[in-house]
Amino acid sequence: MTARIGVVTFPGSLDDRDALRAVRAVGADAVSLWHKDPSLHEVDAVVLPGGFSYGDYLRTGAIARFSPVMDAVIDGAREGLPVLGVCNGFQVLCEAHLLPGALIRNSGLHFVCTDQPLRIESTSTAWTHDYQLGARAVIPIKNGEGRYVADAHTLDLLEAQGRVVARYAGANPNGSMRDIAGVANEAGNVVGLMPHPEHAIDSLTGPGGDGLPFFTSILKALVAA
Amino acid sequence: MSGDRLDSVAHAAATPDVALPFAALGLKDDEYARIREILGRRPTSSELAMYSVMWSEHCSYKSSRRHLRVFGERIPPQAKDILLVGMGENAGVVDVGQGFAVTFKAESHNHPSYVEPYQGAATGVGGIVRDILTMGARPIAVMDSLRFGPADAPDTRRVLPGVVAGIGGYGNCLGLPNVGGEVVFDSSYLGNPLVNALCVGVMRTDGIKLATAPGPGNKVILFGARTGGDGIGGASVLASATFEAEGERKRPAVQVGDPFAEKVLIECCLEIFAEDLVAGIQDLGAAGLSCATSELASAGTGGMRVVLDTVPLRDPTLLPEEILMSESQERMCAVVEPAKVPRFMEICAKWDVTATVIGEVTDTKRLQILWRDELIVDVPPRTVAHEGPLYDRPIARPADLDALNADHANALARPSSAQELRDTLLRLVASPNLADKRWITDQYDRYVLGNTALAMPDDAGVLRLDESTNLGIALAIDGNGRYARLDPYAGAQLALGEAYRNVAASGARPMAITDCLNFGSPEDPEVMWQFTEAIRGIADGCYTLGIPVTGGNVSFYNQTGSTPINPTPVIGVLGVIDDVNHRCSIGFKADADEIYLLGHTRDEFGGSEWAHVVHDHLGGRPPAVDFEAERALAALLVEGAGERIWSSAHDLSDGGLAQALVESCLRGGRGARISLPAGIDPFVVLFSESSSRAIVSLAPSGVAAFETLAASRGVKFSKLGVVEGTRLEFTSQFGVALDELRAASAAVLPGLFH
Repeated sequence: MTARIGVVTFPGSLDDRDALRAVRAVGADAVSLWHKDPSLHEVDAVVLPGGFSYGDYLRTGAIARFSPVMDAVIDGAREGLPVLGVCNGFQVLCEAHLLPGALIRNSGLHFVCTDQPLRIESTSTAWTHDYQLGARAVIPIKNGEGRYVADAHTLDLLEAQGRVVARYAGANPNGSMRDIAGVANEAGNVVGLMPHPEHAIDSLTGPGGDGLPFFTSILKALVAA
Repeated sequence: MSGDRLDSVAHAAATPDVALPFAALGLKDDEYARIREILGRRPTSSELAMYSVMWSEHCSYKSSRRHLRVFGERIPPQAKDILLVGMGENAGVVDVGQGFAVTFKAESHNHPSYVEPYQGAATGVGGIVRDILTMGARPIAVMDSLRFGPADAPDTRRVLPGVVAGIGGYGNCLGLPNVGGEVVFDSSYLGNPLVNALCVGVMRTDGIKLATAPGPGNKVILFGARTGGDGIGGASVLASATFEAEGERKRPAVQVGDPFAEKVLIECCLEIFAEDLVAGIQDLGAAGLSCATSELASAGTGGMRVVLDTVPLRDPTLLPEEILMSESQERMCAVVEPAKVPRFMEICAKWDVTATVIGEVTDTKRLQILWRDELIVDVPPRTVAHEGPLYDRPIARPADLDALNADHANALARPSSAQELRDTLLRLVASPNLADKRWITDQYDRYVLGNTALAMPDDAGVLRLDESTNLGIALAIDGNGRYARLDPYAGAQLALGEAYRNVAASGARPMAITDCLNFGSPEDPEVMWQFTEAIRGIADGCYTLGIPVTGGNVSFYNQTGSTPINPTPVIGVLGVIDDVNHRCSIGFKADADEIYLLGHTRDEFGGSEWAHVVHDHLGGRPPAVDFEAERALAALLVEGAGERIWSSAHDLSDGGLAQALVESCLRGGRGARISLPAGIDPFVVLFSESSSRAIVSLAPSGVAAFETLAASRGVKFSKLGVVEGTRLEFTSQFGVALDELRAASAAVLPGLFH
């Protein structure tokens, strides 16, 4: 048996097909979810993909957060549904208050697309337990508003609870506080990540396969359950 | 436009002597007289608006059309089977096998990008993407060819960051990977930068759509963004005249782009295409509704009736003339059978795309447009869209060309000592044209859609088309204005040869080209000579290489004051690769691999990067063109990559062998030890820009197979050295640490533009 993993398409989602491909690459069933459809169609986990949902109007992720499908995602996440938000998906999760903090304009003010070395800082989430703690992973980032910010208290709490999922190794590409590239909620089922693991599933179309464990982690967790 | 009374057809007929501002709209006296003759009366102000934009140089190709015919007439015999749609449609379509068709095209957005760099460049991307979409294809990647004034000029600092941000802002938000291109600095472009954007799309061979309006009774649907007051007269005012100090005041003629609206429109269109709901389709680009309605009607049954009041507006105060001329972005016009309209509307509603029936196809042979129940346009559509003026402009070889060609580069002081050669190499590596372009290219998403198998700084962009078979395509875009200034025929061919070679070096078989022809004013006979020579060069070159010209774009009036830009034909070459896993990067892959040079090196420095950087010199003759050698080299490059005989391949062009070695070292993160051949000036070996050359690196175990293959293809080869260490070392000459090369190359653009 395998797991059903849904990928939401908002208007302006761009990496939705890529997320579906990554889900299939690890052997899970990939299910397309439409933003206007409030049903999750009995998926076991959800990926909110990268892109510019609603053209980034107002703020990144601010409008997508009110899509009909997000009511189901938010309710599900609170009950333990695994949710991974990548890039714009991370921004949506922050807007939905499923994750703390916010993502603002890169410190260099430009969009940055590069193969980014990361250090995996937590393997206790549903999406990262297939990594070795401290593992180095090269995964592309590509965003204009990827600078993670939160107040000092929140950052201390995230660190204390082991909820920093990944940090930028080497040069910090966007000015994120404490080099944070991804964070988890307290239960570890919801993870937001600025880099794109769906673009690191092979060396043909990406820098290598370093992003695959995000998808094998969730598949193993779901199949084991 | 004519007082408080609507200038209807009836009014125009009743008031034959009313003077219309045709000259201010860019029409010449004789052109206006011809419009009166066609209509048998004076045009209404709306008709005048339509004719003025559609008869502009930008839309009508009135100066270039007679010269471009050669591309359609001289199709190489081996190309006839693969060319599914040729010149004249929105973009050409090529059969790449396995049921896939690929469409690609480059287009200029030069003047808008000078006036308003961000929006000018952004809407340039948007426009070419819609052209590709209109053919029925899913757009899958973009590339761009950019030319600016000197890198350290204040105006380049104004223009370049905005252009780059605009291309990135629009393309990234559309979810299209940017997989390559070129960036060139030259004083020739200081007052007139070139922004040429290329888009490529893919579809099934039976999914091609055409811009035609067949079938009386079929509905004409305008869908996408609402029409606003932006970009009015863009084609006639901006693109079809020289412009000088008043650039600022022309800013309202630049369109404003909304990539989100276009992204949604793309997905909406693809769903509509998949259900085969349109009989014809046209995007709204230059000349907006005037163009779309007249071209659709002209190519179809011949008649169309449009109720202009139904057009959804952003600004309700727009006049009918303005609605017809508006170049508001992200709009499409479809012709749909009545029975299919409800489903069409349903899909638009799903994507929240505004869609409105604005008229229907008729059999009247007239394009009739109503406003407030009065007829304001009543014209034969062909006279607007396809039978515009045709000029045979005077042609004259530039008076200064002989002197320019005689001022050859051989007389320039050359470096000779090891230290001088080393200094020259570092100076070229750190010159803006050859320096690392990551400050620019890192602002573009190269990963989205998940099919990018190669992208800049490799020689070509390589894209997977099919995950089950790994069929892919490669694209490269190149130009060289300095070569073309010295000899436009050869310069165009050298651009063609370079793009062709780049595609082959990536492992793909070159199949077809598109062109973007950037020139000065066609009213200048010397510019027209350059233009006709370049076309002749491209046509002859493509014929010899056996690949067709699928379409392209002409951009005239690129000049500052009376000084035209260097003639700049930019060529995009499309290739096909049977298995994208066999694509070849430029980077050295493994220590001890042997490095070979393919092709002949001659003493050729006319128009070279060395002459430009070190001596600020442009003179002499460009490198010789040898398409037989180019074909043989390309065949070898494709075969060697396919059989995985080598693990890297890199074409030689600007900066010659030295620059190619530096790039292969830096890309692969590996050094090299090179023994320059004896008996030939090391300077010539290192920096000459002779064409039809490449370097490859391969494991020692592959040398025998390589030598056999190269010999069988008749390509000259010579061993240069081996991959090793962390330095680029020229035995008994000089060496440079890769860190020093990288620092010198990478610091240039951030230093200039940060």
